[in-house]
Amino acid sequence: MDFGLDALLLARIQFAFTVTFHIIFPAFTIGLASYIATLEAIWYFRGDDRCHRLARFWTKIFAVSFAMGVVSGLPMSYQFGTNWSRFSVATGNVIGPLLGYEVMTAFFLEATFLGIMLFGWNRVPKGLHFFASCMVAFGTLLSAFWILSANSWMQYPTGHEVRDGIVVPVDWLAVIFNPTFPHRFAHMVTAAYITTAIVVLSVGARYWLQNRYADESRVMVRMALAMILVLAPLQAFIGDQHGLKTAQYQPAKLAAMEAHWDGAKPASLVLFALPNARTESNDYEIAVPKLGSLIITHDWNGLFPGLKDFKPEDRPPLYMPFFGFRLMVAIGLWFIALAAFGGFLWWRGRLFQNRTFMRAAKFSWPLGFVAVIAGWITTEVGRQPWIATGLVRTSEGVSPVASGAVGTSLILFFFVYLIVFSAGIVYINRLIHKGPVLQAPEGLEEGTPARPISAATETGRGPALEGK
Amino acid sequence: MGEIAYWLPLVWAALIGIAIVMYVLLDGFDLGIGLLFLSGASEEERDHMMNAIAPYWDGNETWLVLGGAGLLVAFPLAYGTILPALYIPIVVMLLALVFRGVAFEFRFVSKPHHHWWDRAFALGSTVATFAQGVVLGGFMQGITIQNREFAGGTFDWLTPFSLLCGAGLMAGYILLGSAWLMMKTDADLARRSQRHAEWALYATLFFVATVSLWTPLMSDHIAERWFRGEHIVWLWPVPFLTAVTALITYHGARKGSGLQTFLGGMVLFLLCFLGLGISVFPYLVFPSITLWQAAAVPESQIFSLIGALLFLPLVLGYTAFVYWTFRGKVTEGEGYH
Repeated sequence: MDFGLDALLLARIQFAFTVTFHIIFPAFTIGLASYIATLEAIWYFRGDDRCHRLARFWTKIFAVSFAMGVVSGLPMSYQFGTNWSRFSVATGNVIGPLLGYEVMTAFFLEATFLGIMLFGWNRVPKGLHFFASCMVAFGTLLSAFWILSANSWMQYPTGHEVRDGIVVPVDWLAVIFNPTFPHRFAHMVTAAYITTAIVVLSVGARYWLQNRYADESRVMVRMALAMILVLAPLQAFIGDQHGLKTAQYQPAKLAAMEAHWDGAKPASLVLFALPNARTESNDYEIAVPKLGSLIITHDWNGLFPGLKDFKPEDRPPLYMPFFGFRLMVAIGLWFIALAAFGGFLWWRGRLFQNRTFMRAAKFSWPLGFVAVIAGWITTEVGRQPWIATGLVRTSEGVSPVASGAVGTSLILFFFVYLIVFSAGIVYINRLIHKGPVLQAPEGLEEGTPARPISAATETGRGPALEGK
Repeated sequence: MGEIAYWLPLVWAALIGIAIVMYVLLDGFDLGIGLLFLSGASEEERDHMMNAIAPYWDGNETWLVLGGAGLLVAFPLAYGTILPALYIPIVVMLLALVFRGVAFEFRFVSKPHHHWWDRAFALGSTVATFAQGVVLGGFMQGITIQNREFAGGTFDWLTPFSLLCGAGLMAGYILLGSAWLMMKTDADLARRSQRHAEWALYATLFFVATVSLWTPLMSDHIAERWFRGEHIVWLWPVPFLTAVTALITYHGARKGSGLQTFLGGMVLFLLCFLGLGISVFPYLVFPSITLWQAAAVPESQIFSLIGALLFLPLVLGYTAFVYWTFRGKVTEGEGYH
C-alpha cells in the first residue's frame, strides 16, 4: 500500500497522534492520584465520611482513566523502536537509561499498588490502603519526573559527547537535570494539578446545579477552588520563568511562539497575526509595542530573538507554536479569572448561592486538557526540525520501514483510540452521573464502614432538607 | 575497561532475560484467561475469571515495558533493528493490548451492556498472544541486517514457522491461565479449567517438540549448538528436564492440583526459554549482531545497572506482597465496582 506520503511524515503524525491522546490521561491521573490520597488522608486522620465516599467515587474514575493511560502509553515506549529506530540507536545511550529508570522506579510502583488501591478496600487495613494510594500518587509524579527529564534533554541536550555518530553520556547529573528541566517539570505537574482541580470543581458544580449530593459537592468545590486559587497564579509565574529559559536556550522556538521575524530591541508583543514563511513577515498583525521585551526579558528594551537569526531549514513550523501558545495562555488567564471570581464569592460567603460561577465552573472541565495539549504542541513543534536539538534531526531519526506499514498502523491506531476514547468518555460520564454512592451488595463491605445508599447522600440542598 | 565491557552485556542479557521471563509467566496466565474467557459458562463465571486477575494484570504487563526499555537501555542497536523488522506483529500486539487493557475497567462500568467488552477482552488477549509468538518466531528465524540497520522486507516475519510459534504460545498461555483458574476458583469453573489445562499441556508439548525439531533444520548455528561439539553433554539435560517437567505437570492436571500444574507450566516455560537462549547465544539480533556489538557504552550500562540492583528487588518485594494480599480463592462479589 502506498499512501503517497513518506514514512517520515507518517511516523511524525503517528507519534503526534498517540502522544496527544496519551497526555490527556497523565495530565488527569497525576492530579487525581494526589487528590484521592488527600481525601483518604482526611478520612484516615479525621474520620470524615464524606471524604471516604469521595475517595471511592474518584477511585472508579481514576481506574478508567488510568487504564486508558496505561494502554495508550505502552505503544509509546515501543514507538521509539518501531518508528524512530535511527534516533534510538543514535541516542539510546542517554534516552534508554532515563526511560529505564522510569519503568523501574515509577511504572512498577503505580501498577502494583494500583491493585491494592482498587481491590484492596476489603482486604487490607485502611492505613495500608492509604499507603497504597500514596504510592500510586508518588509513582505518577516520579514517572513525570523521568519523562520530563528525557524530553528536556531532547529539547536542550547537555552532559554528553558524540563519539562516531553515537551520543554518549559523560555526566549523568547534567543529563538528568539539564537546564530546561526544572521549569518544564514544575510547569507540567502544576498543569496536571490544575487540570484535575478544574474537573473536580466542575463535577462539584454539576451536582450543586442538579441539587444532588450537597455534602460532597461542597467538599469538592471548596477543595478544588482552594487549589486553583493557589495554583493558577503560580502557574502564570512558572510559565513566565519557563519563557525566560526558552529565550535563553531555545531562541528559535521562542521566536516562532511569538512570531518575531527580526531580532528587535525593544520588541513588541504580537497579540494576533498570521505568520507567513514565504514573505518572512506577519499578515494581519496586531501588536503592542515594547511589551514583548518586557515579558520575555523583564526589561522594556531587552533584545528579543527573531526567526531571521536562524537559517530557514533550522526554523520550526510557525502556526502551531504561535497559536498553541496563545490558546494555552488564554485558558490560563480564564482559570485565574474563574479562581478570582470564586475566591471573591467565597470570601463574601456567597459561594454556594451563585449560579453564574457554578455554571462557568461546570463548563470549564475540558479546558485544562485543551491547555495541556496546546502547551505540548507548542513545545514539541517548537523543537523542530530536531528530535534532539543540535544532535539528530527529525528526518534523520526515522526507521528504515516501508511507508505502507507506518500508514496502516496509523489508521489502526486512529480507529482503536477513537473507539476506546469515545467509550471511556461515555463511561466516565456515566460514573459521574451515578455519583458518589457507595453501592454495597450484600456481604461485600465488611471491614469498611458500609454506607448504604441512604437518603443522606442523595439529599438535595433544597431549603427543607438543608442542614440534614 | 575491557573486562567490564565483556561482562556488562552478559549481565544485561541476563536481566532482560529475567524481565521477559517474568513477563511471559505473569502476563502469560492473565492473557491465558483472556484466551479462555468466552468459555466461561455464565456471566458470574466470567466475573470470577476477571476478578482472578484484575488486581495483577497491570503490574504483570509492566514487565513488557521493562523488557522493551531494558533492550533500549543496554542494547540500543538491537532495539533499533529488531523492532523495525517485526513492525507489524509488534503494532498488532500493542493494539490488541489496548483493547484488552481497557476491557478490564470498561466491562464492569458498562454493565449490563458489556458483551462487546467480553469479546474485546477475549479477542484482544488472543491476538496479543498470537502476535507475541509471531515476534518470537520472527526473531528466531533471523533478521536481515545491512550496515547496522534492518534491511529486510515488511513481511519477512510472516512464515509458517512464526505462525506456528504464535499458535504454540497460545497453547502455553492457556496452560498457565487454566492452571491459575484451578487455584483461584472452585466448583464447575475449576473442574473445567482442569480439563482445559490437560488439553493445553498436550498442545504445548506438541508445539515445543515441533519447534525444537524445526529450528536446527532452519539454522546451522542452532544445529551446531545442539548436536556437535563437546559442550553438548551440558545441554542435553534441558530436553530431559523438559520431559520430566511435562510428566509432573500432567500428573498435577490429572489430580486437579492447580499449584502443581501452574508451577509445572512455569518450569516448562523457563526450560523453553533456556533452550532458546542456548540456541541463539551469543547473538542478540540473530544471526548477525552479538550481545557485545549491540551493547550500549559501559557508562550507560553501569548507570542503569545501579538502578536495576537497587529497585528490582524492591519491585519483586512489593509484587510478592500484592500477590500475597490477594491470595486464596476469588470470593463472591470481589471487586470494587
